[in-house]
Order: sequence, then C-alpha cells, then structure tokens
Amino acid sequence: MSSVTLTVNGRTVTADVDPRTLLVDFLRTNLRLTGTHVGCDTSQCGACVVHVDGRAIKSCTTLALSCAGSQVTTIEGIGTAAKLHPMQEAFREHHALQCGFCTPGMIMAGIDLVNRKGAKVDEHTIREELEGNICRCTGYHNIVRAIETGAAGMAAMKQAAE
Amino acid sequence: MYAFDYRRPHSLNEADLALKAHPGAKLLAGGQTLIPAMKLRLAEPGQVVDLGGIGDLKGITQKDGAIRIGAMTTHAAVAESTVVAAALPGLAALAAGIGDPHVRNRGTIGGSVANNDPGADYPAAVLALGATVHTSKRAIGADQFFNGLFSTVLEESEIITHIDFPVAERFAYAKFANPASRYALVGVAVAKSKSGVRVAVTGAGASGVYRLPQAETALAASFSAKAVDGLKIDASNLMSDIHAEADYRAHLIGVMLRRAVG
Repeated sequence: MSSVTLTVNGRTVTADVDPRTLLVDFLRTNLRLTGTHVGCDTSQCGACVVHVDGRAIKSCTTLALSCAGSQVTTIEGIGTAAKLHPMQEAFREHHALQCGFCTPGMIMAGIDLVNRKGAKVDEHTIREELEGNICRCTGYHNIVRAIETGAAGMAAMKQAAE
Repeated sequence: MYAFDYRRPHSLNEADLALKAHPGAKLLAGGQTLIPAMKLRLAEPGQVVDLGGIGDLKGITQKDGAIRIGAMTTHAAVAESTVVAAALPGLAALAAGIGDPHVRNRGTIGGSVANNDPGADYPAAVLALGATVHTSKRAIGADQFFNGLFSTVLEESEIITHIDFPVAERFAYAKFANPASRYALVGVAVAKSKSGVRVAVTGAGASGVYRLPQAETALAASFSAKAVDGLKIDASNLMSDIHAEADYRAHLIGVMLRRAVG
C-alpha cells in the first residue's frame, strides 16, 4: 500500500491505496463519489472524465497515485442540487440526456472545452471536441445545443463574479 | 492489472537510481498506452517509475534554431504552445490531432516517441524534421532512434529528457486517421529546410515509421504536390490488417503526401 494525498472538490484527502488503484476507483470506492462513471474501461467512452489541475482527463486511465498533490474536480464538485452549474442547467434545459450514464463525463468535458475554447465556441468545434465522449442514446444533437447554452451561461457567471 | 511496486521520483537522478535498483521497471509518462496495456495484462511490470513528479522534464523553449520540448510535455501543451505555433505550426497541428482532448491532456511526447507505436503521429515528425532525442545518457539522431515496431535504441535504464526539433522552412503532417482510434492509418510528414526535403511515413510500414527517399528527391527538385503526383509507392513493405490492406495504405500514402505538400 502507498499513501496518497490529493484535493478532491476542495477537500484534502489522504488514503492508503494499492498502487494499481485507478483514479476512478479511488473516487468511487474510497470517496463514494459515484457520479463519475466507468463505461468502456478502455479510455474511449469518456464517462469517467474528471478535471485534474483544471484539465479534463480520463480517470479510468490514470493512477490515483499519479494525482498526488493534484486538485481533482468531479461532477459532484461543480454545483449543488439547489444551484446547478450552468452546464448542468443547460443539459437539463435541452434534455441533453436519455439514460444519463454518459452525462457526468459529457458535462465535465463540456466545461473543459469552454475553459479552453471560450464561450463563443461554435457547433463544429463542439462536435470535434466531443471526440472522446460517447453517448449511445441521444444522437448528440441536444448535447451540442446544451454545451452552446452552457458556454453562454458560464460566460454570464464569470461576468457576474467580476 | 497485476500488482506492482510504485515509485514517484522528483529528479532525474532519483529516477535513474530507481531504474538501476529494479531492472525491468517500466517508466510511466502520461500512461495513455501503458495503463491500458497493464489493464489488459499485456504489460505486467513489477515496478513502475512515474516520471510525473519531475518538473524539469516539462516545458517548451526555442533555442538556436530549434524547438526544445521536454519529454513529459503533454500533447495539449504542444498543440496550444505559441512558441510551437509560430515556429512549427505543423507540429502544433499534429499534436492537436492525437487521440481526443482528454488523452491529449495526459499523453506526452516522450511516451509516444519511446513507445514507437507504428500508428503513432510523433515518430513521423521526429524523423521528417531530423530531430534529436536527448536522454539521460546521450543524444540520439532521429535516423538512428527508431528500430522497428514498438522498438527504439533506448536502453533499459535510459530516460528521454527532451527532444530538439530543428525549425524547418516548411513542415506539415497529413493523416488519414482510423475513425475509431484516431491512430494514423497512414500519416505523412514533410519537412523542407536548407539541407533538403525529408519525408516520413507512419501508420503504414511493416517495420514502423520510415522515410520515403523517392518523394524526397522529387520534392527537392520541385516542391509541389504535382511533383509527387503519380509517384509509385511500394506496397511490399507495408502492413495489411483488419483496418486496411497494404495496397490501400500505399494509395493513401500518395494522397497524404500530396496533402502535406499542399
């Protein structure tokens, strides 16, 4: 076992883990943060996307020990049931989900792409940027619309904060 | 995944000592290939040495007509670098086309080059630009570095520290990506500099990345897509697999070559 300390959703946690523990298993099993999902388990589907030090990564393809000292943000860390994050709100508004399994990863990927590409991101770019997230229900149209709306919502939230 | 012992050194020296103490240890860079391979039990190292804690291995600088990229620099960092965009925009575009955004946020140039996957993108850039791979022990020229499928001249305890890419007058990479994996079904990199033209092909060769001398000669005489139109590509040294036959790959090499020349 090896000791690891990292910050998850603003809370510093220390745990003894088997070195082969993946970040996604650490989040789900050790911390009971089950919003982050395991879909394919082969780095393709993106259901496991979380942010590490502000960048979206696939937590099924990252060792928990590799995240020592990092800031991790999961779907549980971006909003509350009473006050959703603008990207979550946009997914609800546009009905951008059916079964919902891919949704946490889609939302974390959506936030990351707006962080990198800005609020005025166009439809083509959104589709390109969703290369690493697979949805088997929706056909993506509403997801793309939700991310466009969520991008505008994030810009408004940022403006309000300034 | 089989159990392994994990080390996270904070300096190159510590990493060297860890490798020397544990022969057969695997170096972990971004982990986008090694971790899936370990999950599938295709790789079963007893010891993993994670290079993620060594800050010196990250970063991009320009010096003496070359772009120096640290081995642990992510594909996303190369794709977004203003230094790379100004000097070698084709290299930034290559990095932006690897895998997907999340993979690009973890995967590193050193990991890609050391792994030398026959479908990887970076080896084509390293070979076409005549880059120099610097390790904890020596400097290795691109023409000597790659050594067949998933193979390089790197020794067991050798760590890539950075790669120097000479700035070319013109550099472009065109890839026909496998639509599922985004690996290159065929990728062609073309570099034009004072010393001549170099063309490298990835994704297709039965022995991995290789140069295309007849295209280099034709482009040195006249640097245009027309100069390589109708160039006969030998299919006998190309891969055939479930994704594409050798003949189709040979055809795609011609198409990607013309696109890269532009």
